[in-house]
Amino acid sequence: MIDQGPLIPRNREMHPLAYYPDYKTSIARSPNLPLLSMESGPSEETGPTFGHDKIGALDNNLILNWTKGAAPAVGERIMMHGRVLDENGRAVPNTLLEIWQANAGGRYRHKKDGYLAPLDPNFGGCGRTLTDENGYYQFLTVRPGAYPWPNRGNDWRPMHIHISVYGHSFGQRLITQMYFEGDPLINLCPIAATIRNRSQLDRLVAPLDMAHSRPLDFLAYKFDIVLRGRRQTMFENKLEGM
Amino acid sequence: MVQPLIYYPETASQTAGPYVHIGLMPTYAGNPNYYHEEIGTTPIAEGVKGTVIEIVGSVYDGTGWALRDAMIESWQPDAAGIFSGQEGADPAVSGLCRFAADAVTGEFTLRTVKPGAVPSRYGKAFAPHIALWVVARGINVGLQTRIYFEDEDNTNDPLLAKIEQRPRVDTLIAKKIGENKYRFDIRLQGEGETVFLDI
Repeated sequence: MIDQGPLIPRNREMHPLAYYPDYKTSIARSPNLPLLSMESGPSEETGPTFGHDKIGALDNNLILNWTKGAAPAVGERIMMHGRVLDENGRAVPNTLLEIWQANAGGRYRHKKDGYLAPLDPNFGGCGRTLTDENGYYQFLTVRPGAYPWPNRGNDWRPMHIHISVYGHSFGQRLITQMYFEGDPLINLCPIAATIRNRSQLDRLVAPLDMAHSRPLDFLAYKFDIVLRGRRQTMFENKLEGM
Repeated sequence: MVQPLIYYPETASQTAGPYVHIGLMPTYAGNPNYYHEEIGTTPIAEGVKGTVIEIVGSVYDGTGWALRDAMIESWQPDAAGIFSGQEGADPAVSGLCRFAADAVTGEFTLRTVKPGAVPSRYGKAFAPHIALWVVARGINVGLQTRIYFEDEDNTNDPLLAKIEQRPRVDTLIAKKIGENKYRFDIRLQGEGETVFLDI
């Protein structure tokens, strides 16, 4: 029997820098002192589970979920889909994915967003789903607009969708953003640039996926997500007394 | 040449941004009733076994300003140290809570049950603690930390034992401020910087 061992330590080279001066807010919000590194324990290796009864039928359909199906949102119709895997390449089934985004004009439905682009009365901007037994998920939504934000004199966020994932343990917890193939704003964005490893940033850019686009309905974008894995070994069972 | 090492690096994190509440706490964002049931609104239910406690605090940046937009998740076991999903767990403890800094004052409140100690792989138990994960605009990778309690025996905790500068241990310990009430502040940077974890 192969046991699930500790979580594979995070490779911080694959993640953004905490302190990145071009993203001004990070300057006062990044720890100065080193993180305390330690092997995971029960608090990191366990995690919440979510039953299908928590998820409503329209929760993964952002075109319809704000109006409970009464009227569709304005914008370019897209399907975002892909798989959640772990670092060992194994599918992560039944895990909760939550997304949120601006509307087609680049405006968020949040009490603190005052951008002059209007709210769409038919668009709320969040959705959630559970991956299936193969780790696969789908969302139907509209392509979010780019928008300006207060940082340097004239910074714009590229089109993006925020994604939150649990995996099966609290130590796998991840929030990231999906960008869109061909968006020229990605290379100008100081938030995207917090990731110094170019291939890691490229992995956040979803390719257009014509094979899964639906004729006369929506374009598809493919976005796979990899979470931390766990060591799997038959040699870690009896460590008491070491 | 060697065999190719097939390995999938973890997807890179990106900041949760200022509007994280839309996705994770829609009622807080001003969009109540988006879902029929929001996730993580409370870690405990009616009939929970153990002592119900309240923890208040703020998340401060390097200038000493309390963040108004921070969102925190907590994960913990029940009063006996058993996590939801494990055999014998208290069915009234889901263990997960999402809470946000108040948009005006920056203060958060976590109402939960005092957790029990949990075993480690190596014999010594972890003292009672709650795992935290802090996200906000300007935080590029979610910050992990823990809440321990000043009225528990923390002397043999394997994580606290690893902190070289002993005064920094205090940054992980909630202070008792009343009957079943604690204060736990998080300092992202500078004097009194909280010990954040790579775990």
